[in-house]
Amino acid sequence: MNNNVPLIKNSFKTILKKTESKNQLKNFTINFGPQHPAAHGVLRLILELNGEVVVKADPHIGLLHRGTEKLIEYKTVLQALPYFDRLDYVSMMAQEHTFSLAVEKLANISVSQKVLLIRVLFLEITRILNHLLAVGCHAMDVGAMTPFLWAFEEREKLMEFYERVSGARMHAAYIRPGGLSSDFPVELLSDIKVFSLNFSDRLAEIEEMLTNNRIWKERLIDVGIVSHKQAVDWGFSGVMLRSTGIAWDLRKNLPYDYYQHLNFDVPVGSKGDCYDRYLLRIEEMAQSLRIINQVIDELDNKIYDFSSSSNFENINSKSSLKYNVMKTYMEDLIDHFRLSTGSTVLRAGETYCATEAPKGEFGVYLIGNNTEKPFRCKIKAPGFGHLQALNDMCKGHMLADVVTIIGTQDIVFGEVDR
Amino acid sequence: MLFKFKKLNSSKSNQFKNSFSTSANELTIKLHNILSKVRPSVKYLIDKKIFPYIFCQKFNNENTYIIHKKNLLLSLLVLKNHINFQYKVLSSISGVDFLSTQFDKSFRFAVVYDLLTIKFKNRLRLKVFLNEISTISSSCSVYYNANWWEREVWDMYGIWFDKHPDLRRILTDYGFDGFPLRKDFPLSGYIDVSYSADKRRIISEPLELTQEFRAFTFESQW
Repeated sequence: MNNNVPLIKNSFKTILKKTESKNQLKNFTINFGPQHPAAHGVLRLILELNGEVVVKADPHIGLLHRGTEKLIEYKTVLQALPYFDRLDYVSMMAQEHTFSLAVEKLANISVSQKVLLIRVLFLEITRILNHLLAVGCHAMDVGAMTPFLWAFEEREKLMEFYERVSGARMHAAYIRPGGLSSDFPVELLSDIKVFSLNFSDRLAEIEEMLTNNRIWKERLIDVGIVSHKQAVDWGFSGVMLRSTGIAWDLRKNLPYDYYQHLNFDVPVGSKGDCYDRYLLRIEEMAQSLRIINQVIDELDNKIYDFSSSSNFENINSKSSLKYNVMKTYMEDLIDHFRLSTGSTVLRAGETYCATEAPKGEFGVYLIGNNTEKPFRCKIKAPGFGHLQALNDMCKGHMLADVVTIIGTQDIVFGEVDR
Repeated sequence: MLFKFKKLNSSKSNQFKNSFSTSANELTIKLHNILSKVRPSVKYLIDKKIFPYIFCQKFNNENTYIIHKKNLLLSLLVLKNHINFQYKVLSSISGVDFLSTQFDKSFRFAVVYDLLTIKFKNRLRLKVFLNEISTISSSCSVYYNANWWEREVWDMYGIWFDKHPDLRRILTDYGFDGFPLRKDFPLSGYIDVSYSADKRRIISEPLELTQEFRAFTFESQW
């Protein structure tokens, strides 16, 4: 026995020496995904590892590529709209909204204040919807199951609002160029109010589970640090940019819709690590709640005509058709059909329209050529820009931290692959 | 009602036709109409012609500068680093194919750079026109994140970026042939990919459609 031990030690040492001297240690290359649950969909990540430390990460994307931009070139504006729900399928209305804004710019449509308010209301609901999933899934990737379940319970309530207003839980196609697809049911306002009263408690519960959780902090603090210089170089936007200390929120800095009349704060991080980004998402949900309350008050105080059963296409400035009138006269029916099948002509011109989607700056670069179909519709997805910095963010971190960093980037492949 | 709409539409379309026509380069308005409305510092620099543009276009309060491709890197460098511009963020790079509308055969493609300055809260667009065979120099040396955007343009339009560090296809399948966002690439593509139960693997076959793709190319549906 005693003789054996030093023998083994010696032989191991000699092996080590040999490898060191001949430099035979090779880096290890593994496939992370495309079917890994923490890859948030279909990310194939080729990782080069030195032991457990990441040397290089090469993301292979495009496994969910559906040619959205090509399809849009063959569709009228109204037909193209539902594709935007299916890009980032956890913040649906935010993208419809961006496309609608771009079309409204090119087609010279203005919308009424009521529409703007309802849009803002649902944009902020969408932001909560997205951040709940981002925080919940991030927590689950790192190992905490409970916040995920709680977050999804709240998401279910929010999707119910989607459903009541548009008929679909996720792919709503509610915000349309020139207005909304249908009117806003009166009772919904009080239900959203009830939700907003309760939600701050739910938020506090989720925070209670995570914010001071020792494991959560150990996994997140000082992981994936981004300096403000790097964030700008890498073209970050949204939470990824704000976590580095740059107060850049398109809702504040380049305001659109009704946002300049609303009171809300833009939370900013200090360190630029994953924990900062988690805190920002939580705080942004609280701010969204603030906006929702303001919008509800606004809709409540000013007397908007909720009682009329008019279809919301009448908000379209080109049309003043009433839904019930449409059913009475043949000519009006023809008119209505004409409007709804394709009357939005995109002027020859181009626009880049960007809004603050929950994940960052979502942009639509739209070129029109005096027809109803977009000549070109480029979609600038925030996730695409963030994912390309994955290599730089992961370098030098452990393999398990890659999961944390993918989670903190809040990647959804619908928008990255388009 | 019906009459009213017709009137509205016709008057609008006439109005557009007067100011804009469909061709790509005719979209560009000469610089001098616009200068009065530009930010003073930008105006000053444009007067000095600090970066060499060919045309300036202003549409919906958005500035677009068309530049020659040999001046691209210089212009980007100036716009990024000059104290009065500070366009530090590259939002996106997109390709455009003007196959059907080109007035001149030598300018089929456009590569469009959307820039953003956080300091001055402003956006700016740079446009470079290319023909089918010419290449363009990669802007990765100026904007670090141009890498993937350029890969995407290469993948979708087949525009080659000189000195790009890693110009692979990005969104299409491994081994994909052709450039899908070109206007002469059919919407249905050429290859049909399906799972074969016999061979127990994914197979790709030439596409066969029971009906030709019908492109309704009316000016208006009405």
